[in-house]
Amino acid sequence: MSATGIGAAVRRKEDHRFITGQGRYTDDVNRPGQAQAYFLRSPHAHAKIKSIDTKAAAAMPGVLGIFTGADLAADKIGGLICGWMIHNKDGSPMRAGAHPALAQGRVRYVGDHVAVVVAETLAQAKDAAEAIVVDYQELSAVVETAKAAGAKTVIHDEAPDNTVFNWHLGDKDATDKAFKAAKHVTKLDLVNNRLVPNAMEPRAAVGDYDAGEGIFTLYTTSQNPHVARLVLSAFIGIAPENKLRVIAPDVGGGFGSKIFIYAEETVCVWAAKKVGRPVKWTADRTEAFLSDAHGRDHVTHAELATDADGKILALKVHTTANLGAYLSTFSSSVPTYLYAPLLSGQYDIPAIYCEVDAVYTNTAPVDAYRGAGRPEATFVVERLIEVTARQLGKDPAKFRLQNYIRKFPHQTPVIMAYDTGNYAASLKKALEIIDYKGIGKRKRDSARAGKLRGIGFSSYIEACGIAPSAAVGSLGAGVGLWESAEVRVNPIGTVEVLTGSHSHGQGHETTFAQLVSDRLGIPIDNVSIIHGDTDKVQMGMGTYGSRSGAVGMSAIYKAIDKVIAKGKKVAAYVLEADEADIDFADGNFTVKGTDRKLDFGSCALQAYVAHKFNGQELEPGLKEGAFYDPTNFTFPAGVHICELEIDPQTGVTKIDRWAAVDDFGVVINPMIVEGQVHGGIAQGVGQALLEGARYNSDGQLVTASFMDYTMPRADDLPSFDVGMTVTPCPSNPLGIKGCGEAGAIASPPAVINAITDALGHEDIAMPATPQAVWRAAQKSISRLAAE
Amino acid sequence: MYAFTYHKPTSARQAATLLAKKEDAKLLAGGHTLLPTMKQRLASPAAIVDLGACADLKGITLKGRNIVIGAMTTHAEVAASAEVQAAIPALAYLASHIGDPHVRHRGTIGGSVANNDPAADYPAALLALGATVITNKRKLTAEEFFTGLYETALEEGEIITKVSFPLVSKAGYAKFRNPASRYAMVGVFVAKRGSDVRVAVTGAGEGGVFRWPEAETALKVRFSPKSLDGFKHGSKGINGDIHADPEYRAHLIGVMTRQAVAQATGK
Repeated sequence: MSATGIGAAVRRKEDHRFITGQGRYTDDVNRPGQAQAYFLRSPHAHAKIKSIDTKAAAAMPGVLGIFTGADLAADKIGGLICGWMIHNKDGSPMRAGAHPALAQGRVRYVGDHVAVVVAETLAQAKDAAEAIVVDYQELSAVVETAKAAGAKTVIHDEAPDNTVFNWHLGDKDATDKAFKAAKHVTKLDLVNNRLVPNAMEPRAAVGDYDAGEGIFTLYTTSQNPHVARLVLSAFIGIAPENKLRVIAPDVGGGFGSKIFIYAEETVCVWAAKKVGRPVKWTADRTEAFLSDAHGRDHVTHAELATDADGKILALKVHTTANLGAYLSTFSSSVPTYLYAPLLSGQYDIPAIYCEVDAVYTNTAPVDAYRGAGRPEATFVVERLIEVTARQLGKDPAKFRLQNYIRKFPHQTPVIMAYDTGNYAASLKKALEIIDYKGIGKRKRDSARAGKLRGIGFSSYIEACGIAPSAAVGSLGAGVGLWESAEVRVNPIGTVEVLTGSHSHGQGHETTFAQLVSDRLGIPIDNVSIIHGDTDKVQMGMGTYGSRSGAVGMSAIYKAIDKVIAKGKKVAAYVLEADEADIDFADGNFTVKGTDRKLDFGSCALQAYVAHKFNGQELEPGLKEGAFYDPTNFTFPAGVHICELEIDPQTGVTKIDRWAAVDDFGVVINPMIVEGQVHGGIAQGVGQALLEGARYNSDGQLVTASFMDYTMPRADDLPSFDVGMTVTPCPSNPLGIKGCGEAGAIASPPAVINAITDALGHEDIAMPATPQAVWRAAQKSISRLAAE
Repeated sequence: MYAFTYHKPTSARQAATLLAKKEDAKLLAGGHTLLPTMKQRLASPAAIVDLGACADLKGITLKGRNIVIGAMTTHAEVAASAEVQAAIPALAYLASHIGDPHVRHRGTIGGSVANNDPAADYPAALLALGATVITNKRKLTAEEFFTGLYETALEEGEIITKVSFPLVSKAGYAKFRNPASRYAMVGVFVAKRGSDVRVAVTGAGEGGVFRWPEAETALKVRFSPKSLDGFKHGSKGINGDIHADPEYRAHLIGVMTRQAVAQATGK
């Protein structure tokens, strides 16, 4: 391993730029003549718009244009789309209502887009927005996930019972049969709390139109600029792809929320042509709370059947998933194909059946958020496993060991074919790190101090590297999920890699360069990573689902293969040898059995000057591209153990120890991977203890600021003990599985399993706030007193 | 934010003149409540009178048996003051736990007291310590000064210039932070001066800061956490929100009072 190659903890190349204020985010982009957009949003969760009077507002100082849904319709600008078709149990397609970028006679959640004002300054735009008179006829709001289906109020005419789909996966008959034969059945009702993503950088957009060329340019906070261009061109109808450039410059965090194509960027790029000026919009934090796609929001009943020995026989799950007021770009895939196929967890479960009802409500759209479906699945499985172990009087670690999948490949009853893994190895390591043997003593010590100590496990699995195009296509995806790369060698041997992956915190500029440095034997500083601009990079699919390592880097790997192959041809001419006799290693092309060699930089120069070979026989230049379509999902898995202490007097939960042992396959940069694990756990602990988006019965978002929405802070978290086990992924050339979401997937059940262990009962929901824990602990105190 | 005129006087007297002269004028101290409210367009004063350059509103002095703190003294200055740390360490401790470092370096005692946010820390200290609020016009006891939620006895054109705290023999402050905002969800300041004991509670009351007479009586008998064993504050008149309903908040008043007494007695 070289100091900058695969496996080295190279410091992030991009961080100097970021920490010295030199990053260039969308809001830093300022075009000559730029105007400001302000969106007038619905104050009501559900209302008919009887009229919009913009006359007085349009006459106000600085106003360049005020547009409503009618203007978009007149220009034949289409609505926002949902790119994944889900079919009902009976085979009929899901019932999707229209999703206009600006309201068409109806608003369906607080924050819904009513009109846009474009003005010289933001203050002028806001002043004018206040002068717009909207006559609303308020309608009753549907807010609660569990009560949406069949509610009197209908949100979209296309879905008369507010149900988008009734979907299922697995074998119902086999599952029912297994339950009948079971000796023990564990039943749980679970709520997976709704979350607001809260990337540090709020969403933003700058639309620009070059009237001379007839070309639109959109700068936007996107995790996948090419998909944004595809949707804005082919479905929304802004302009053909060759007339629309989308640039996602530095992006300050996404966590899924910046995958989607939203109303604001659609309107900004369209309005730039309407007003003949570049148009900028940057969300303030309140807008982010109201209108970024939220995450999770499941209500679930789940049952697990075991035989007399504790062997798991079957799993049955019914989930109601809240998709909000409209279907966001990939919303339908999250509670279906990103959820139910993970319900086998790390366990050999012969029969699984899962039903999912997806509902509309008068709340912000819900879509993928770090983990997307897999945290929800892991929460169901790991809560059930822990509670079952308790009910059977079995040690939770041993119960897991008893039911782990041991042989690979393993076909689960819910689509997935796990390729490799060693779950017992991760568990063993995690038990050592947490000092499981000492837990009894530590619990007694806590009890003496009046505290309740608990320990909780989470043996998670996820499916990443999303995903084989044919597979996702057969499941309803509107796109393939391959990735592209171009490796462009300059005449002096420096390298530019153009990738369809997008970095918004992941550190691609470092890890991708490590791969190139490692394989071409060149210094890491000679490698630049270029991404996020549809004019520079050929079509790409972007970054989400922990896919950039497994899929994005595999595309680079393939392109490098081609560069080396071409380099060998060049070297064969230069070194006057047979191509078959040329080897490439450590940055040098050599002739087998001789001391003749050509270093990589010289080879590049020879390729471009083309003096040593006939350009008709061998094309000049050294630049290769590749598309990589994965052959399977990848299956990162691991064991997290959380140990915590509850103060029953205040309800405060303090996490004392955290062991995280993950199998991510081959690791490119352990420092960056550890950082991803830390961040993921922080978000998962946030979900378990702190975060929860709450709407009141009128559909007002009560937690619309950091004053009421509790983000995890450093002092909410312990020091993490991170360990790794490695089973290389067999389906991609680098053996990578992916690490971006693991922490957020693993941690919520670990925390809740630890809290319920401490409490001695299962009656606590997420987020387990001090108030909730205090109340739940009163039962524990009386129980302790009784004992 | 809407447009406004901005004035920066250099003395309390000048500030008072501007406040009287300018229509719809607001005083700007640390600005940690006023400015966000203005940014959200929830407040739109026509004029802002910034007290930041009024040197006569700043500083901490020990005057006889009182610590006198200028209204524009920041929380960080109070927290770091050797005089305050020596005279009333619980007050320095309270100041050192207001908000975060940004807030403590901008926010001022006068601004906090004048705003009388029901979740602010200082009102509990003023009430428990028996402090006097000194304005450009008069002197008010803390009990006279705090009149209700965000309400004070301040009249038009009146500016707080100083807060004077009498020295006490023992004092302690304990708060339970709101998990999201980290304001005091319940904050209890206890103080013992001679045979008098005061317990003041912030963050919890529907009408803002208040005293807990039953706990005071118990602590007068013996100033020890044990005196409060089995003591519970009722939930009537106590705030409820998504973070803490009245029952939980009332329970926390008892817990925080015991902690504050423990701190005051070094136990």
